[in-house]
Amino acid sequence: MDNNFDFQNGEQLTVEQAIANLQGEDLGLRVYAAWWLGRFRVNAPAAIEILIVALEDEADRTPAGGYPLRRNAARALGKLGDRQAVPALIQALSCTDFYVREAAAQALEMLGDPAGIPTLIELLTNNLPGTLPAPEPPQLAQPFDAILEALGSLGARSAIAEIQPFLEHELPRIQYAAARAMYQLSDPQVASQYGDRLVEALSADDLQLRRAVLADLGAIGYLPAAPAIAQTLAENSLKLMSLKGLLEQQLTQSANLSEGAVAVMGLMDELL
Amino acid sequence: MPDLLDALIRAVEDADSANRLLEAVEDLAAARLEGAIPTLSAALGYNNPGAAVAAVDGLIAIGEPAVPALLEQLDRQNYTARSWAIRALAGIGDPRGLITLLGAATADFSLSVRRAATRGLGTMKWHWFPADLREIAQAEALEALLFVAQQDEEWVVRYAGVVGLQSLAIAVGMTQPAWRSQIQTQLQQMANSEDSWAVKARALLAIQKLQTDQLEPIADQQPSSLLAVDWQVILEKLYQRKGQERLLMPEGDPRRYRELAVAIGQKTAEL
Repeated sequence: MDNNFDFQNGEQLTVEQAIANLQGEDLGLRVYAAWWLGRFRVNAPAAIEILIVALEDEADRTPAGGYPLRRNAARALGKLGDRQAVPALIQALSCTDFYVREAAAQALEMLGDPAGIPTLIELLTNNLPGTLPAPEPPQLAQPFDAILEALGSLGARSAIAEIQPFLEHELPRIQYAAARAMYQLSDPQVASQYGDRLVEALSADDLQLRRAVLADLGAIGYLPAAPAIAQTLAENSLKLMSLKGLLEQQLTQSANLSEGAVAVMGLMDELL
Repeated sequence: MPDLLDALIRAVEDADSANRLLEAVEDLAAARLEGAIPTLSAALGYNNPGAAVAAVDGLIAIGEPAVPALLEQLDRQNYTARSWAIRALAGIGDPRGLITLLGAATADFSLSVRRAATRGLGTMKWHWFPADLREIAQAEALEALLFVAQQDEEWVVRYAGVVGLQSLAIAVGMTQPAWRSQIQTQLQQMANSEDSWAVKARALLAIQKLQTDQLEPIADQQPSSLLAVDWQVILEKLYQRKGQERLLMPEGDPRRYRELAVAIGQKTAEL
């Protein structure tokens, strides 16, 4: 339900064992070790080093040509917060595997390093040769939502012209990712239109979309969305996560508890 | 009224899609009729989270009369139904749910169940308890809430722990100055050094609320409808719980419980 069953087994692995497994022969143990190092935030230099090497792995391939180990390594590197991984992650944005590119874009966002911006823009405009589309329908050419979110979080104002067309993308999920990025990249006077657009999307018919928008609003911390978030038809856990994003945004602006922060906590108390 | 109830129940039974089921449960829940209790508790076990949320809301609105059916759900093997039932018990705040909430807040596998149970410990209807039993029950709740606030690994459960501690501090008012200051110390510690900003902020807010707390008498003063036998059961379970803890915590003194059990037993006999 809320927890991962792997947790129990995962705890039995030691850091040394995980690092050894990642260099071993068993592909199953390798891919699990990569996940494990990220899950338990093992940012030891040796771990970072072999995860970076794993981004170029050729041994672990799916029948469709995917790179499961590279995907997990990219995800783990995002969580470990070591910017040494940035050049290798930028390189991974050109990988043939859609999901490696998605994981790399998310990792670059988490590491908060603007060095990846030019390549992310190339990827957004689909200008990187050899990148294969997603294997599942609708077979997107690129992981647009992850790229848009990364550009927004990294403050890539130079990308605004390339982001704007995605506000009209055929997939609502991608429109919302674009709105989220535009909110983050726009001047305060005009940003609220993008926040309001996300608030409207909280009444979408599709639960998956409502969940995605809750995450978007939490990520940008758009305070006027608070009452609408509390009213959204979705799990309380997700609404609480979203409101936590709003609360934290308030806390970065003032050391004292602002009126907005107190109001958000009032809503959170009711959802516990 | 019975016709309306029948129609609403039939709509739940006849629902042939997840959306229809959700709507039918919502309608039945909104009617707030005690006759809906069996159908609403059954809905906790359907594999339809939307319907379960609606059923929980409906059962909380019905309140106390729904408690026996919820306690029965706890004995079933369906884990999901059980976790929804705990949430409903937490929302109702009936003392018969206390033991369940103590266990769920500190040890349930699911963070959303721990979260709801923790909040429920703070909003328990303490004024229903006989005074002597209340003190023992509140001591258990305090211990559980402190444990959760200090040790749960999920920010949202610790957040709920802060909210629960705030409610408990207000509930004990000035009857237990030592507990109140213990809670304030804990909140101060969290305001200084909690990892999660959200939990830190909530601890600060709780401190402010306790400073301005007017110690007003509790608004809902309606007397409890619990029977002496219900209190007896609660006491026995608390006694068992304390007995298990005693292996680890020698300061627990079970003799008090025995005296109290005798006293409550006498009250039962008088009825």
